[in-house]
Amino acid sequence: MFSSSSPGSKKDLETRLLAFDDNLRTTTMAPILRSTPLAALLVFQISLFFFASTLPISSGTEDSYTITGRVRIPASTAIGHAAKFSNINVVLNGGQNITFLRPDGYFSFHKVPAGTHLIEVYALGFFFSPVRVDVSARHHGKVQATLTETRRSLTELVLEPLRADQYYELREPFNVMAILKSPMGLMVGFMVVVVFLMPKLMENIDPEELKRTQEELRNQGVPSLSSLLPASR
Amino acid sequence: MAMAIKASLLLLVFLSSAIVSFSLYEDQVGLMDWHQRYIGKVKHAVFHTQKAGRKRVIVSTEENVVASLDLRHGEIYVITLSSQGSTLRAWNLPDGQMVWETSLHSAQISKSLLSVPINLKVDKDYPILAFGGGYLHAVSAIDGERVLQPPESSIIYVLGFLHSSEAVVYQIDSKTGEVVAEKSMVFPDGFSGAVSSVSSDKIVVLDSTRSILVTIGFLDGDISFQKTPVSDLVEDSGNAEILSPLLSNMVAVKVNRRTIFVRVGGEGKLEVVDSLSDETAMSVSLPVADDQVAFASAHHEGSKIQLMVKLVDDLETVLLRESIEMDQHRGRVDKVFINNYIKTDMSNGFRALIVMEDHSLLLLQQGAIVWSREEGLASVTDVTTAELPVEKDGVSVAKVEHTLVDWLKGHMLKLKGSLLLASPEDVAAIQEMRMKSSGRSKLTRDHNGFRKLFIALTRAGKLFALHTGDGRIVWSMLLNSPSKSEACERPSGISLYQWQVPHHHAMDENPSVLVVGRCGSDSSAPGVLSFVDVYTGKEISSSDIGHSVVRVMPLPFTDSTEQRLHLIADTEGHVHLYPKTSEALSIFQREFQNVYWYTVEGDDGIIRGHGMKSSCAGETADEYCFTTKELWTVVFPSESEKIISTLTRKPNEVVHTQAKVNTDQDLLYKYVSRNLLFVATVSPKGAGEIGSVTPEESALVVYLIDTITGRILHRLSHQGCQGPVHAVFSENWVVYHYFNLRAHKYEVTVVEIYDQSRAENKNVWKLVLGKHNLTAPISSYSRPEMFTKSQSYFFAQSVKTIAVTSTAKGITSKQLLIGTIGDQILALDKRFVDPRRTLNPSQAEKEEGIIPLTDSLPIIPQSYITHSLKVEGLRGIVTAPAKLESTTHVFAYGVDLFYTRLAPSKTYDSLADDFSYALLLITIVALVAAIYITWVISEKKELSEKWR
Repeated sequence: MFSSSSPGSKKDLETRLLAFDDNLRTTTMAPILRSTPLAALLVFQISLFFFASTLPISSGTEDSYTITGRVRIPASTAIGHAAKFSNINVVLNGGQNITFLRPDGYFSFHKVPAGTHLIEVYALGFFFSPVRVDVSARHHGKVQATLTETRRSLTELVLEPLRADQYYELREPFNVMAILKSPMGLMVGFMVVVVFLMPKLMENIDPEELKRTQEELRNQGVPSLSSLLPASR
Repeated sequence: MAMAIKASLLLLVFLSSAIVSFSLYEDQVGLMDWHQRYIGKVKHAVFHTQKAGRKRVIVSTEENVVASLDLRHGEIYVITLSSQGSTLRAWNLPDGQMVWETSLHSAQISKSLLSVPINLKVDKDYPILAFGGGYLHAVSAIDGERVLQPPESSIIYVLGFLHSSEAVVYQIDSKTGEVVAEKSMVFPDGFSGAVSSVSSDKIVVLDSTRSILVTIGFLDGDISFQKTPVSDLVEDSGNAEILSPLLSNMVAVKVNRRTIFVRVGGEGKLEVVDSLSDETAMSVSLPVADDQVAFASAHHEGSKIQLMVKLVDDLETVLLRESIEMDQHRGRVDKVFINNYIKTDMSNGFRALIVMEDHSLLLLQQGAIVWSREEGLASVTDVTTAELPVEKDGVSVAKVEHTLVDWLKGHMLKLKGSLLLASPEDVAAIQEMRMKSSGRSKLTRDHNGFRKLFIALTRAGKLFALHTGDGRIVWSMLLNSPSKSEACERPSGISLYQWQVPHHHAMDENPSVLVVGRCGSDSSAPGVLSFVDVYTGKEISSSDIGHSVVRVMPLPFTDSTEQRLHLIADTEGHVHLYPKTSEALSIFQREFQNVYWYTVEGDDGIIRGHGMKSSCAGETADEYCFTTKELWTVVFPSESEKIISTLTRKPNEVVHTQAKVNTDQDLLYKYVSRNLLFVATVSPKGAGEIGSVTPEESALVVYLIDTITGRILHRLSHQGCQGPVHAVFSENWVVYHYFNLRAHKYEVTVVEIYDQSRAENKNVWKLVLGKHNLTAPISSYSRPEMFTKSQSYFFAQSVKTIAVTSTAKGITSKQLLIGTIGDQILALDKRFVDPRRTLNPSQAEKEEGIIPLTDSLPIIPQSYITHSLKVEGLRGIVTAPAKLESTTHVFAYGVDLFYTRLAPSKTYDSLADDFSYALLLITIVALVAAIYITWVISEKKELSEKWR
């Protein structure tokens, strides 16, 4: 669809949408051209209602750090699911913060205090081990990462899936043995055995004994399985 | 008796030895499950229609979803869930790939504002202005870096309010970010409410009494106030409210249940231009051709919606007037967004996106609804199930299979499919046949109980009945308040209960559900009850109950028409009995002494048990009101323990047998009590997020408390662990998920409770001689002799919610349904969380199906019941039994909805859907043929024998 447009207009098409996380308030924004058309004046009004006198003085960067890492999905492990970066979430501390990947696979968490944290990556079709991340206050936010599933420590925060998940069972290909093993296959097999092997068995039986058994049968009236098969006694 | 136990035990052993994990073939997707995607109530919408290609509208919703919708069909293209925070993100439109992200410096959460230049082009570096936490940020649109370098030097005017009574104007040089000038002025009366910007140098606000409009001018950094009482504009005015839509030189004020348009003159003079009825929704203004600005308004007229587009400068000019028939159960129009397009005759056409009171989203164009989406279903608050009507004899059933030939053909196709001999066309035909098969979306009850209704209550106060077969909405109903007062026209729904489920008597009555609502958000607000017929979706009756609703307790008693008795507790400590009939009262009086309930005061760390005392005294009280007395209290020390989770068993859960057989033919008796409460507490320091506490500072303690006597039956402490705790309680066991700080991993613990007092009944001779206490009455007052077994395992994922499967008779083994933070649902067999698991199970234990102990629970990808789908924003999982013992319904809700049918031990009591009848038939035919052939052969042989 987009390939049909000229390359010059392609950038315009790629409009970007801005999302703001907090409850978006409609902004009272109006670019107005006043006396000189060059000077665009942005009137920007801010409602500071109920905003008590506690305006933050400093953002407290001494004890909060940014964790930056990268998610890499080797091409060989991608089966079926296209590894789309837009569908991958990175979760800090069980949902305290959720972020997404940039096109190059990088992600970052801002304003993380020093301490031990947990980072999980959720991507459909892949299983990632949770990562224990130690942010050191002494070394100015130096990050140490360990995979909690394999207890392997990472030299840099590059997260790769432990395995690719296959959500569906694979259909077994056509197999004669599978058919034979199915209940109906067993039934057929049993019948074949009875039909072709029983006469052989009967041949081995002494004719006199057979006659006697048949007489017994007649006397009993109702034949029973055990009396039919004297050999099994 | 012993035989029966033995038989059932054998059955159990048989069931448990048939180890299965939930698994699905790819071609079975959609046979038993359905998935519906929603986005929630739209807050903002931006149309994206200028360029060729797909026309879209980008919306952000109250569920923190940013989505792009196709304008022709309303399909979702891109959906992204974002979290609360102070982060600015830019998304690439075609595929929803995040382009950049930047964090704003703000130590505290505050209202945030965002200003984006219109006609944002990527190749030009316009700054985006954002305000958060007292800081103004200018951010580059290309990479999200914080910049202050617009193309030309300009002055940014910033007007803010301090202490809600002082206006401040800053002039900021947009190149350097320096404050050029600053001026402030105090307005003694104070401001309140929303701000409406009317022009480049004027805004209109309300004063704190909400009766005077204040025009603030800030031309060239000077501030001037001009007061205009609202009463000058309209007669007998009450409290006014400024509506947010932005109209140039105009402000819309809601007063006296009407909306008035006030034009702001050059000197700050205000004059009323037009007025509309109160229930009008307006859009923001939109530039149309020839430097004109238009806006849309929508209001109800009878059963129709009137949509009008007018010019802002000239309210008499109506560009568009359309009236559209609208379902009454959508309520009023809440929001309107408009967009214009050029018709083929070069005139302006308009399309409007409207959000209704029930949160549904509709696109209107040329006087018709192009598409509609039931976005109310993105905010489901409570779910219950209901039966479908029984099939009547007269009702003709749509013929699914016409003739025997067609039937055989279908099964031959299926056989080919299962033998993997089918061509792609055949596969498609099979899939289509399966989808249509067996009338799975019929509106009548079926023999297996697979067809059911899920009744969902949404935050907007609307009830939806969803069919389990295909997920379609059978009926929907918006709750109405019976009194229609101004304060409570639309009550908010709280919870849903099964009111009347005819089983044995009153079979001619339709089943009904009870919807408990509240007039207002405060917990002391008066409640509203509504009774809704499940078959028709019509409200049978509704009533204002005149007291608040704190807790609704369904009692285990029904009256002669099978209406369930309910107790509703109010804020004053009284309980009220419903239904208000003398029959219900007499039933309740009989059980008066046996009704107990408990309350949890989470902030104070107190759990109280209550019993019934007497009828209410006082003039207003009726005979259905009762006072209660406090029976016991459990107080947790507030300096060391904070309640983070409480849980009881589902009241309608069925337990098949109390006995559980051990490997050495030993019997264990489950302690099955409906009055057990699971409580989890953490140290106050550990109540925060992971990473905020060290292992030494945090401990997790779980309790099992009897809610009749207040006795603590069991206490288990986990040092170095913290919440959040997600738990599930079923039969005699609790499974809970928490975080272990020492190992820095999530952990799952199972606790099973067994009855010690019955342990000596194991002796067969005692049973024979009648010296057992099996028939001894059980009293909730007696001190139970019990013991517990528990075991812990690691689990590799964060969890949002845990549920457990439930079946009709409770015979089938259970599965835990774990909703992960990745919005998938994992089915985990209960046998993985069995305290009897050991490292090396003996042969007998293996035969019983005990799995060797491992340190962590397995996550098998095939046991995700959501397979390759996500239930975006998952919040809860509901299970309900089908009539067929092996099968259970699972319904998960969040922003998306997902339903599937599970058979935790496979469908041992019915043939599988893909059972090959054709193969059976072929086998039989082959056998008959073989018999005939062998008979002929034997005849011949006999004949030749005789000839010899």
